[in-house]
Amino acid sequence: MTVLATPDKTGSGFPLGFDTILDPSPLQYLDEHGALSGVLRDDAPELAPERLLATWRAMVVGRRFDVQATTMVRQGRLAVYPSSYGQEACEIGAILALRATDWFFPTYRDCVSMVTRGIDPVEALTLLRGDWHCGYDPQRWRTAPQCTPLATQAPHAAGLALAAKLAGDDTVALAFCGDGGTSEGDFHEALNFAAVYQAPVIFFVQNNQYAISVPLAKQTHAAALAHKAVGYGMAGVRVDGNDVIAVQRVVAEAAERARAGEGPTLIEAVTYRMQAHTNADDATRYRDEAEVEYWKPRDPLARLETYLKASGLLTDAVAAEANQAAEALADDMRARLGEEPEVDHRDLFRYVYAQPTPQLLEQAAGLQAEIDAAEADTEGEAGR
Amino acid sequence: MTATLDAARKTAQNTEISLAQAVNRALRDAMTADDKVVVFGEDVGVLGGVFRVTDGLTRDFGEQRCFDTPLAEAGIMGTAIGMAMYGFRPVVEMQFDAFSYPAFEQIASHLAKMRNRTRGALPLPVVVRVPYGGGIGGVEHHSDSSEGYFVATPGLHVVTPATVSDAYTMLRAAIESDDPVIFMEPKRLYWSKDVLSTTGPEIGKAAVRRAGADATLIAYGPTVSTALEAAEAAEAEGYDLEVVDLRSIVPFDDATVCESVRKTGRAVVIHEAAGFGGTGAEIAARVSERCFHWLEAPVRRVTGFDIPYPPPKLERHHLPSVDRILDAVASLQWEDR
Repeated sequence: MTVLATPDKTGSGFPLGFDTILDPSPLQYLDEHGALSGVLRDDAPELAPERLLATWRAMVVGRRFDVQATTMVRQGRLAVYPSSYGQEACEIGAILALRATDWFFPTYRDCVSMVTRGIDPVEALTLLRGDWHCGYDPQRWRTAPQCTPLATQAPHAAGLALAAKLAGDDTVALAFCGDGGTSEGDFHEALNFAAVYQAPVIFFVQNNQYAISVPLAKQTHAAALAHKAVGYGMAGVRVDGNDVIAVQRVVAEAAERARAGEGPTLIEAVTYRMQAHTNADDATRYRDEAEVEYWKPRDPLARLETYLKASGLLTDAVAAEANQAAEALADDMRARLGEEPEVDHRDLFRYVYAQPTPQLLEQAAGLQAEIDAAEADTEGEAGR
Repeated sequence: MTATLDAARKTAQNTEISLAQAVNRALRDAMTADDKVVVFGEDVGVLGGVFRVTDGLTRDFGEQRCFDTPLAEAGIMGTAIGMAMYGFRPVVEMQFDAFSYPAFEQIASHLAKMRNRTRGALPLPVVVRVPYGGGIGGVEHHSDSSEGYFVATPGLHVVTPATVSDAYTMLRAAIESDDPVIFMEPKRLYWSKDVLSTTGPEIGKAAVRRAGADATLIAYGPTVSTALEAAEAAEAEGYDLEVVDLRSIVPFDDATVCESVRKTGRAVVIHEAAGFGGTGAEIAARVSERCFHWLEAPVRRVTGFDIPYPPPKLERHHLPSVDRILDAVASLQWEDR
């Protein structure tokens, strides 16, 4: 791994060897043409044929999920959907490099990673459909509820990782965050706490170049977001976020370091948000189409596919199975998200407290009486 | 021999301890009872906290159970939330009332909501200790009464002891609760002393500290002792005042408060925080809604002014005083009595 911040490797004449060690060019193994650089050792687990095919399959399914979710917003079945189209190498690579016992902390843009974890697509989209806030059981999936206030989940990941360390478990926590989130105070406090406690946590920044409309240049003056690791005394690495092999390798090594008691890692994955922020956003107001065109050939799925085809691993049969699985998922989403979800008004009060206040019980009874009265009225009218 | 031991025990039991020591003992006993209880915050380790509330905990339980954190309240709160998600029961200290504000987003957006948004899958048994209130000559940012922010945030319990024994029993109960509890410690009572009783009413129950027939003084935390003083002074003026110590603001004990007001027919609510939009407004509204037909006069409030907390040399004008409480009592339409 390119450990950017290693004070003992300086010797440049500058305090931290800033211009010599902090090379901001991202680590890349699989280039945009689908060619594998010779840097990665042949025995890297990410290069095992079955692993490569499983990764590709997850990306095909993940992308189909994303496209289907976007469609369902247009059909009015979801309130909103922040697409991660084009960020599949991050969404999927990071998750595949973790163990099932590891925790991860997604944001609202990370549905694809949740589905990759195994969470039911309908449960993953509960928040965005609006029938509840978190639709899945976080304990079962070791997945925190999707976080909306930017970077506020990062200190949770640090805390959970510290707890795991104190408990003597080898659990690792991974927190996703965007480039915009790195400006939030909680991001910095989380990095600092994690470094001070040497907590087994990975902060994975998907630098997709935009925070809604604000480009990275207005978010930071730093040459790389990964450089922020230096100030906290932790390892930082900048990786090509559209190279799923490099992403997996970097996360796997960060997790190994964390498990070995070597503390947290900051990963900056350089990628691009191909779609607007959400369906409610108009990206033409703040970026040129030429910029989007630049990124299209750098697509993470296409480059892996090119590599797999060139190396003869991706047969028609394998491709057919994956596409079938993706279509089955889309069909399932259409069917189950097409139905109006059932909601229960009693849920408004049910989960607020373990020990509900008398005031809340009174309000719950009041709402129930209102609803009962309305139903009685309706029945009365029907009976007339 | 047994008689000697009993005598010794009795002496120990009758020894007065301070409210700060009672909080310390509650932390100790909770940490002894459950190894998932961890204490952390700024200066709570070797120093024992700026008020010495965590004195000796690191020495006796080790740095894994009681530890200093970097100086960042949002980080402290976020870390506590993450640890609670993994099964720990963190008790964190916000060094002073106004220092808790950086943590407010973590409290409002996550601590208060996590259980609800996950349908009960992720309860957060976190206790946030907040030394609060004025009267200790603190300079700017060290004397706020910040309870209103927490009280207005559904999903939290907000409690505040006014006695040595409540400081102990309520903190033990707060740590055992599966809900997040904001534990507001009236810092000017830290040095007040009493004999400790380790049993007391549950959280959510108010206590009648002084029985009276003519009017009810409703107070909590630091103003309970002021209310009791006022009640003593009022005797000379011919008023027999009842004093209710709320103990818990959320949940609110409507039953005890209403029972008292229906008996006396008059009520004055007292707190240090600014009156406008304050907790007293909620209490006055609740009492008016529930006790209107028993009331002989409008519910009055005696609160801090609607100003930023004053500098130490002016705070005596701001804090609810015995005189101001007596004036409020005198204004409760006694003409037809």
